[in-house]
Amino acid sequence: MKGISKLKSSLQKLVLALFFMPLSAMADWALNMRQGVTPISQEIYQMHMVTLWVVTVIGILVFGVMFWSIFHHRKSKGAKASKFSHSTTVEIIWTIIPTAIIISLAIPATKLLIKMDDTSESAITVKATGSQWKWKYDYLDGVGEGITIFSSLDAKSKEISQRDSGLDPMDHVNYLRDVDEPIVLPINTKIRILTTSQDVIHAWWLPDLGWKRDAIPGFINDNWAVIEKTGTYRGKCTEICGAGHGYMPIVLKAVSMQDYTAWVDEKKIAQAASKNTSNIVLNMEELMTKGEAVYKAQCLVCHQANGEGLKGAFPSIVGSPVAVEADNRMRHNQQIIYGKGLMPAFGEQLSDVDIASVVSFTRNAWGNNTGDIIQAKEVAEARKAAKVIK
Amino acid sequence: MSTIAHDDHHDHKPTGLKRWFFSTNHKDIGTLYLIFALTMFFIGGAMAMIIRAELFQPGLQFVDPQFYNSMVTVHALIMIFGAVMPAGVGLANWMIPLMIGAPDMALPRMNNMSFWILPFAFALLLSTLFMDGGAPAGGWTMYPPLVLQTGDAFPFLIFAVHFLGISSIMGAINIIATVFNMRAPGMTLMQMPLFVWTWVITSFLLIASLPVLAGGVTMLLTDKYFGTSFFDAAGGGDPVLFQHIFWFFGHPEVYILALPAFGIVSQIIPAFARKPLFGYASMVYATASIAILSFFVWAHHMFTVGLPIKGELFFMYATMLIAVPTGVKVFNWIATMWKGSMTFETPMLFSVAFVILFTIGGFSGLMLGITPVDFQYHDTYFVVAHFHYVLLTGAIFALMAAAYYWLPKWTGNMYDERLGKIHFWLSLISSNVLFFPQHFLGLAGMPRRIPDYNIQFADFNMISSIGGFAYGITQLLFVYIVIKCAMGGKKARARSWDGAKGLEWEVPSPAPFHTFETPPKLTKKVLESLY
Repeated sequence: MKGISKLKSSLQKLVLALFFMPLSAMADWALNMRQGVTPISQEIYQMHMVTLWVVTVIGILVFGVMFWSIFHHRKSKGAKASKFSHSTTVEIIWTIIPTAIIISLAIPATKLLIKMDDTSESAITVKATGSQWKWKYDYLDGVGEGITIFSSLDAKSKEISQRDSGLDPMDHVNYLRDVDEPIVLPINTKIRILTTSQDVIHAWWLPDLGWKRDAIPGFINDNWAVIEKTGTYRGKCTEICGAGHGYMPIVLKAVSMQDYTAWVDEKKIAQAASKNTSNIVLNMEELMTKGEAVYKAQCLVCHQANGEGLKGAFPSIVGSPVAVEADNRMRHNQQIIYGKGLMPAFGEQLSDVDIASVVSFTRNAWGNNTGDIIQAKEVAEARKAAKVIK
Repeated sequence: MSTIAHDDHHDHKPTGLKRWFFSTNHKDIGTLYLIFALTMFFIGGAMAMIIRAELFQPGLQFVDPQFYNSMVTVHALIMIFGAVMPAGVGLANWMIPLMIGAPDMALPRMNNMSFWILPFAFALLLSTLFMDGGAPAGGWTMYPPLVLQTGDAFPFLIFAVHFLGISSIMGAINIIATVFNMRAPGMTLMQMPLFVWTWVITSFLLIASLPVLAGGVTMLLTDKYFGTSFFDAAGGGDPVLFQHIFWFFGHPEVYILALPAFGIVSQIIPAFARKPLFGYASMVYATASIAILSFFVWAHHMFTVGLPIKGELFFMYATMLIAVPTGVKVFNWIATMWKGSMTFETPMLFSVAFVILFTIGGFSGLMLGITPVDFQYHDTYFVVAHFHYVLLTGAIFALMAAAYYWLPKWTGNMYDERLGKIHFWLSLISSNVLFFPQHFLGLAGMPRRIPDYNIQFADFNMISSIGGFAYGITQLLFVYIVIKCAMGGKKARARSWDGAKGLEWEVPSPAPFHTFETPPKLTKKVLESLY
């Protein structure tokens, strides 16, 4: 008897395991919208569920009638066709009922929309500026004012996402959902988020906040959120913005107010330090190593790993006069500082030593063997000099 | 009805290339349109296969992101302007004169031109695939400033759109002129078959909306090459202005694709239910209301651009209102089936599937129309699922139904019913495997138009791709069925379906080269048979 009960219990365990295993493996088989972490996102989720149930019930009723008819009113079952072809009464009924349903959905939707529209009395304002293909965050108002963050796809994702990289996206849990530097914000605080763009239209979306908003060049949109839970929240650009559209995630770290102020202090010190790099002198090897890292992070998406760009879209750096001719060192520096045509300006984002390294790197990589060494000082001078880039 | 079908003994027609290039015959031009549309369906479909292959698993396997964006863009342009619209016009060409007892379209030479513009327009568009900078890659919506980054392909894109617009407007003018002037004596507007009605209304949509698109893309052209800044904030313009212009065209365009499908289904369901269409008048009014409302809902495509709240509320209400006439149509179709004597040949199967799946697309459309929630759905795979339900299992299923329904009239032979049913069931299953999981992907947070994604989306994308490949392969079966039917088969009777009503079934199968050279006499009895 003992043996049988043992067998029974192990069978039970097996069944339970079989039952739960697919569930755990299915952790990513998300079927529904996220509830999110703001009061608004939860209301949106409720509205979504109500509408979903309304249409599901309508669907079951309407298709139920239809299938009943399909099974019973068929010729093979000897059904004889009736001749009726109109009935004003039912036409009126099935106009009025849907109208009533729609009005009953429109009322809560209107209330919710009005609530979402009110961005007043926010404690912190952050401006998210999209560009091809990264986000820049300027803390404009409230605690943290003056902080600027550039947030682009993390290096590991960048590497994996190259075609024929030979690396497996499955090895990176946050593949294409991670950035080099996330935006940090406090919880339980009304945050106003402005969105705009430098080049083409992007859209800033964090599903956990419940909304997305387009980032439009020349215009500023605003929206708001009160995040109720600490955590890391991930989203993506949701308006097609060119080749790198799939590669500009948004990551927000929500922390307590205490941790937030600590972060702000730390960040301000680091930011001041990075502004002052013009006296750093590096040797060729250091410049190449640092330059390659900067290149991978900022330039590779367009100019490609081999520096040859993409024909017709992104110019090649290999053998390009700007990158090889001795007279063009100033032009080369300034092109990175100010950008040119489709190429964005990096002057604000990159420090003098960063620019010096990447300029040195591109002048010496892939057969551009100029032997040129550019130091941070030269970049600082290029910043001050008259613009040679149109 | 012997007076109608006496003229096939002088059924002479031009031969060789001349017959097709210089054709002014509505049936030949209709055939050209349909073959062209089917060809484009496969070219656009091949692009969809590339998209689904790339999305089969995370990581970049086959194409670069830029080329992927080109595929997304050109797939949409081809399917909308090259497959669904020309297929609809082809059906209109073939069937409207037959349905209203006219000898041909009112403007036969223009008819020839409106077709022959198409191959040139698509040659322009497809040639961009081989250009420096690649084909247009900013999405079929062509939003500036992104579209202005297009390389050499840019003017080709703009002029292809112009040509497509000209072609469609000419087609629309022709349909309106034909229907208003060439109906058989005695046929009033409210006696026309519903397919004719939906096409008349569609034609007005085309004429009203396409010039707006042409204006919009011309402004893009001058922004790029002539220094204007309509859409550039730095010069006093506004990128969102383009979106308003585009969607003022774009939303009616949705109904340009859908209304003829409504018309087709309204012909087929009564035929196989052996019962008159329920609520004919309300169907006409519902179609007209949908068409009129379609000009007042455009900004629901742009809820996230930062519209003022009053605008968002207006467009939300207007959008939700469309559900009412659309609902009326669905209820009418079901009431037509109710207490009928139904059989389920392939056209009926596709039509029933249309009613269900189009309605599912309508449901997700209602959800998308609710502005605050749309902020979550917008530009995700939820939207992709929505419009593919409406356009593939909607419009294209209806077009398939139409092809099976009228193939006997066109070829004189019955198609292979067994193969037709296999084609239907495979299409039904594969298209749902393809698109239903995309709802989940969108809700879970996958944006549209991305070539690569996180592993969290891997499972449903793989399922969706498998469905996609299956759907693609299944459509080859359709080509085989059509060719087989054109080559021979069981001879079709003049009235190929015993429940089919309308003048087109009064002429022999295949329909002779010239029909209704003398208008049919519409006695009360004939008119009754039209419904």
